[in-house]
Amino acid sequence: MKLFRVVKPGFFTTVQDLGRHGFLRYGVPLSGAMDEFSLRLANMLVQNNPKDACFEITLNGPELEALGDTDIAITGGDISPKVNGQEVDMWKTLKISEGDIISFGKVRSGCRAYLSVRGGVNVPSVLGSRSTYVRCEIGGIQGRQLKAGDFIEGFDSAKPLDFKLSLPEVFIPEFTDEAHVEVVLGPQLWCFTEKGVETFLSNAYTVSLEADRMGYRLEGPTIEHKAYGDMISDAILPGAVQVPPNGRPIVTMQDAQTTGGYAKIAAVVTSDLYVLGQAEPRDRVFFHSVSLQKAHSRYLEYKKRFEIIEGELQRQAC
Amino acid sequence: MPLGDQALVVEFGNVISPEVNSRVHALHDAVSKAKLWGVGECVPTYRSLLITYDPIKISYENLVSAINNLEKSLDRYISKSARRKAVIPVVYGGEFGPDLPFVSQYHSLEENDVVRIHSEHEYMVYMIGFIAGFPYLGELPDEIATPRLESPRIRVPEGSVGIAEKQTGIYPREAPGGWRIIGRTPIRLFDPSWQQPALLQPSDLVKFKPVSTTEFQQICVAVSQGNFDPFAEE
Repeated sequence: MKLFRVVKPGFFTTVQDLGRHGFLRYGVPLSGAMDEFSLRLANMLVQNNPKDACFEITLNGPELEALGDTDIAITGGDISPKVNGQEVDMWKTLKISEGDIISFGKVRSGCRAYLSVRGGVNVPSVLGSRSTYVRCEIGGIQGRQLKAGDFIEGFDSAKPLDFKLSLPEVFIPEFTDEAHVEVVLGPQLWCFTEKGVETFLSNAYTVSLEADRMGYRLEGPTIEHKAYGDMISDAILPGAVQVPPNGRPIVTMQDAQTTGGYAKIAAVVTSDLYVLGQAEPRDRVFFHSVSLQKAHSRYLEYKKRFEIIEGELQRQAC
Repeated sequence: MPLGDQALVVEFGNVISPEVNSRVHALHDAVSKAKLWGVGECVPTYRSLLITYDPIKISYENLVSAINNLEKSLDRYISKSARRKAVIPVVYGGEFGPDLPFVSQYHSLEENDVVRIHSEHEYMVYMIGFIAGFPYLGELPDEIATPRLESPRIRVPEGSVGIAEKQTGIYPREAPGGWRIIGRTPIRLFDPSWQQPALLQPSDLVKFKPVSTTEFQQICVAVSQGNFDPFAEE
């Protein structure tokens, strides 16, 4: 079932889901949504399965023509979503009819919006995920970003909803140009001087222009190493903060390669990773150290938040 | 040592050596077989093993003590593990191996000697990384160990076999890279349609076999028909 025709692709629009798990040891990155929170919410607002695939829209949005009636939801960064030229609400179920044009305008907050469609985007699952990994040309639409003229398929089994859902305002995240994220220090803390760690935790780091789905190079005060910044390569995960010999940190993100040779001073906690996923060049990032125990209770809170939201949406659906 | 809130890294010293790497693979084996509830995936590298976990299902402390217990019986896994052996056909030199002349000059060897040394030695897959399916193989004999290019190439073709210091590796697809390229293999190293997407896995043993360009073409055909198994030859 054809859902949309891509009139304009936007700057960088890809299909993403919760990522490709279980293949790190073969060098296959996780991929998946940079802002997992918003992806999950986009799916929940059209009563999809959590594993369904959505569009991740970066900065300059696409223009899509609907080829049938369906439900969508738009979450994440605010890039002025419109239907037929009229601005529409985010974080809500939207009814779409055949011929409607979905488009985007200027960036108001964050930098990545998520567009879900009832039943999920229908592209082949590769190694258990529909996420696009452009560097290896796997997942999504032929392993690449959207281009004009693409047809987007849905699932025939997905029937439009006979109700609309809306996320209560208290749960809507605010994405500002200052990202505060918690980190667990280590695992190679021994590579850094006390002063180096202090510098890392007490200064703002600015996202440079070299920022994409693989990672962000950050600019700011130089982090002092003990002896050297190079070590024997080992595994890295999204959120790991590597510090090369030049002392300027790099945060690895969803499409990062699975191994790296720079010392890792810390890693961003899972419950804050989505905040970082909305950071764009020139935004400032502040790192706050927490204990592992605290990070785990944060994660539990993060998971509970989805349960509470799910309960509220079920109440609305009745 | 924790890496964030959902992974930990077990380090085995700070050297690249077959002994240390064997212990990494043994622990990987042991952890996989233990099937601990809440443990996700493992990523073995030169001298460390990354283990992901769900902190809601297993606490960090319990995971660490389970790993400590497994480490006590590690020798059992080292001796038990029957390694897979692959033979990788390679056309050395010429347009497929543009850096073979440099490597031989660097060591004052004949090109034939470099090929002989490279293909006589048996390597272990220390880890897979950099790009999907890229095997880091060691240990390369000192006689042909060569530093990386000073400035990396923008494009290294798929199948290229390279040398970097005391390691050798194979590019599973075209990519930028700074390894000294001495040859090319016609076999596929990565295919997302395979159940195990990479041909080689950490701890496999690998030998290279010099072939002619004619054989290269024949193997290319066999590979495209799915009739070539590098693990069958021995």
